[in-house]
Formats: sequence, C-alpha cells, structure tokens
Amino acid sequence: MTTRKLIGSIAFYALVAVIVVFSVFPFYYAIVTSFSTGTDLFRVRYWPKSFDFGNYESVLGGRNFPRSILNSIFIATTTVVFALFLAVTASYALARVRFRARGLLLLMILAVSMFPQIAVLAGLFELVRFLGIFNSPWAMIMSYTIFTLPFTVWVLTTFMRDLPVEIEEAAIVDGASPWVIITRVFLPLLWPALVTTGLLAFIGAWNEFLFALTFTSSETTRTVPVAIGLLSGASQQEIPWGPIMAASVIVTVPLVILVLVFQRKIVAGLTAGGVKG
Amino acid sequence: MATSNDGPSLSQQRQRAAFWFLAPMLLALLCVAAWPLLRTIWFSLTDTSLNNLYGGEWIGFDNYLSIRVLESGRVIYRGTLVDAAWWNAVWNTVRFAVTSVFFETLLGLIVALVLNAEFKGRGLVRAAILIPWAIPTIVSAKMWAWMLNDQFGIINDILLGFGLIDQKIAWTASPDTAMTAVLIVDIWKTTPFMALLILAGLQMVPRDIYEAARIDGVNPVKVFFRITLPLIRPALMVAVIFRMLDALRIFDLVYVLTPNSAATKTMSVISRENMIDFDKFAYGAAQSTLLFAIIAVFVSVYIWLGRVDLSGEGQR
Repeated sequence: MTTRKLIGSIAFYALVAVIVVFSVFPFYYAIVTSFSTGTDLFRVRYWPKSFDFGNYESVLGGRNFPRSILNSIFIATTTVVFALFLAVTASYALARVRFRARGLLLLMILAVSMFPQIAVLAGLFELVRFLGIFNSPWAMIMSYTIFTLPFTVWVLTTFMRDLPVEIEEAAIVDGASPWVIITRVFLPLLWPALVTTGLLAFIGAWNEFLFALTFTSSETTRTVPVAIGLLSGASQQEIPWGPIMAASVIVTVPLVILVLVFQRKIVAGLTAGGVKG
Repeated sequence: MATSNDGPSLSQQRQRAAFWFLAPMLLALLCVAAWPLLRTIWFSLTDTSLNNLYGGEWIGFDNYLSIRVLESGRVIYRGTLVDAAWWNAVWNTVRFAVTSVFFETLLGLIVALVLNAEFKGRGLVRAAILIPWAIPTIVSAKMWAWMLNDQFGIINDILLGFGLIDQKIAWTASPDTAMTAVLIVDIWKTTPFMALLILAGLQMVPRDIYEAARIDGVNPVKVFFRITLPLIRPALMVAVIFRMLDALRIFDLVYVLTPNSAATKTMSVISRENMIDFDKFAYGAAQSTLLFAIIAVFVSVYIWLGRVDLSGEGQR
C-alpha cells in the first residue's frame, strides 16, 4: 500500500511539474532569446549564455516603440476609467434595485460582451471616420468601450449583489438617497472589486488587436500589440526575432508582475465574470 | 416586479434613480455596439466601398447570394454563400473552435483537479498557470512563432533530439501543420482560464460529500464521474460557452501566427481582409454579419438545449 501511495504521489508531482514547465517555458525562452544577438540567436539554447542588452537598446532606443507604450498606457487607462465611471452606478441599479426587464438587461449586457468584434467593425469604422478620430487614440478609447463596459458592469454587479443588505437598509432608514448610498456607503466597500475589475479591463484593453490594427495608419499612433505584430526588419524575409522578443518581454513583465501580485483578486474577478455570472 | 416591503413611493423613487443610473451606460452601449452593428448590417446590403462610405447603393442580398440567368440559359451564382473561400473560413473556424475548446476543457479539468488537491507548492502552480493567461495574445503568437520556427525553433530541436521527427517541420508555414500550430498556442494560452473557471466550480462542491464517498470506499474514478462531474456541470457548461464564443471570433492569433494561410484563415480574418485590405467593404460587412448570425444562433441553441442559467438570477 505504501509503495502504491509513493508511486501515486510521484506521478502527481510529475504532473504538477509538467503543468508548471509547460506554462512557464515559452515566456522563459522569450527572455533567453531577448538576450542574444547576431548569430547567437540562431543557435538553440536552453540557458542564457550571456546578458546582451543590445535588443533592448534597439527597441527602446527607436522612436516608435516607446511611443507605442505611451499610446497603450493612455488608451487603456482612459478606457478603464471611463468604463468604471459608468459601470458603478449602472451595476448598483442592476444589483440592488428590482425592476422589470432586469434579467433581460443583464442578458443583453452579457451578449454585448460576447459580441464578435468583427460584426461591428464596419459600422465603427464609419463612426470613427465620421467623428474624425481615425488614427488617433480616441478611436481606440471609443471602440474598446464595447468590451470593457459590459465586462465591468457584469463583474461589479456580481460583487454588489454580495454586499450585505443590512448596510443598505440602514442607510435607507437614515434617509440616504441612492446616490449617497453608492458614493458614501458602497464605494468604500467596493474598492477591492474596483481594483480587480479595473485591472482585468486594463489587461483586455492593453491586449486588444483588431480595432487597434484597423483604426491606426501610422507607426506613431500604434498600440503595443500592433507595434509588436507588425515589427519588421530591414527586409521582408528577415524577421528581427531578437528585438521582437525584447519588446515582448518589456510589455509582458509588468503584466505578469501585476497579475502575480493581485493573483487572488484576479481569480475572484475572473470567476465572478464567468461562473457565478 | 416592484413588490418590496418598502412603501411604494420609496420603491418608485429607487426605480427612477435606477433608470438614471443605467441611462449613461445604455447610451454608451447604443453608440458603440448597437448602432455600429446596425450600420454593418446595412452596409452588407449595399455596394459601399472603403473610400466612399456614403456612396453605396442598396443592392439587397446580392452580397450574400445573387442569381443571374444569362441569355444562354446559364445560371450564375455569386456572393458569399457560394464563395469557396468563405466556406473554407467557416470550416476552419468551426474546426478550430471545437478542437481548441475540447482540449482546453479536458486539460483545464485536469489542471483544476490538481489545483483542488491540497499539496505543497499549490500557490506556485496557480501562479505559474496565470502567466500564459497574462501574456498578450500577440506576444504569445510571436513567442510561439519563434519557438515553432522551422530552422532555428526550439520545438523542432527538442523533437529532433528525442527522435520524434526526422526532419524539421515548417509549423506555421506548411498548410498541413498551420492549424495545429494555432491550436497549440491557443490551448496553451487559454487552458488556465478554463482551469480557473472549473476550479471555482470544484470549490463549491461540499467537502463532506467526498468524505462520505471515501468512508464508503467508493472508487475515486467513480467518485469523479458520479459526484464531481454532475455537480460541476453548470460551471462547466458556462465555461464552455464562454470559450466557444471566444474561439468562434478568433482573429489576432491567426492573423499574426499564420498570416495569409488558407489553412487557418477564420471568418473574422476573411471578413476584415475583404473589408479593409481588398476594398470589398460591403462584401466583408456581409461576411461579418453572417458570423454574427451564426454566433447568435449557436448561443440560443446552446442556452435552450443546456438550460444554462447565464444571468445567475435563478440562483438567488
């Protein structure tokens, strides 16, 4: 029995090891690659041989990539702040006030967040042209609302439902208006949820590709994913793998750190958006 | 539905406030979702071109299907519905969605079961599986494109080293393996999401049920199929539909990992290509409208068949 148990736990830890290696290795390998330059790049290596920052210098020293990072930060932050601003009051109404068609409204919001983005591309393109914001950050800020807003409303609604009724009832008895209840009573309790939701929406906006690709036309207005996706070398055949990996590492490390720091909250937010729904 | 215990005036006041709280969000969604969707459908019924958005004329369903009978009696069919490239894209999308979701569910279930067990280093594993999820899709596409590179890629090197292949494979370029490459990257990237959703379902299963089964000496395999699986079925159904919807609209990974490969081109990719790159704006709009319709039908059927409670209202 004990040997069977031993074999069992060895098999279990082997499985755990496979999961961890499979998850982490591609990112690790990108880091290894980002430190090799020249012909060194074209020899397969499992460990870094030396730390050559040449790729990082060429990416960050160029004019366009730092610009793309700034674009992405600006766009993602503005989108998230806008979405959270609208979502707090909306989710209060959805979570706390009983009214007809609430279930239908929730389903519609969910439907919008599941939208195939390509289905609105033509119409958004027209709108972007009409508003004269083509090739400017505002095109992305406007179009990203289509997925950040339903998502934040949805997750905040599930968080708000879980707040104890007694607090609100006490406030109502004291004569507080719904607006006061939101700003004075619920907001202080909701800070953790707001951080989680905002972070998840930020990641979504940071990673978006389709709209950013379609609504920008010059290198200075690109966001990070578009810049990395379209990063090309001197010739069509020669793909600059070193700089691409360096750029990838630069934009991924902050995300990975954020996600690891906020691990528990993110998992809670993700599952609130999905399962408890 | 205004049947709370509060007086009617209070509840009315709350409902009025609720309306004003919802109005800005609804207005924003109308502007960025409903209106563009309607315009896209409208464009699909015209011959609008990219450079002249307002010069399109109504042509009915010709972008979808037009039938013309020539004088010689020959019938000519045109439009998306008889376009081989479109049906190829539909087939690619469906194949991709079904395969990726199947493997993601299976692997996600395994990872979730591992994470649900108590062992040393569980936190570490959970942190590790969050990494693929946190990496932007474009970045993971590039990372894997490099690893799957035919000449210098590490995957070929590993496979050669183990003697699993005898010559290097052009994973992303060859039509035979391009879809596999896309699937590998997508499964790598989204299994964590699936695992976390399933894990949340697993953690809602009361522990004493397992305890009781253990005391009764029920075989662990039987416990899984008879107890765990039925209990997490609702969570599983929701997770599957979320992933399925995501998979059906896939664009970025395919666009970056296997550019211009007919073997992987999905509905989203071909629609955008027609709309923006090939100057067949209205034609692309028709294709994206079809994709929307397909997804809408799929969701309705799934919810109807599976009785999935998406809004979570029923639990309360």
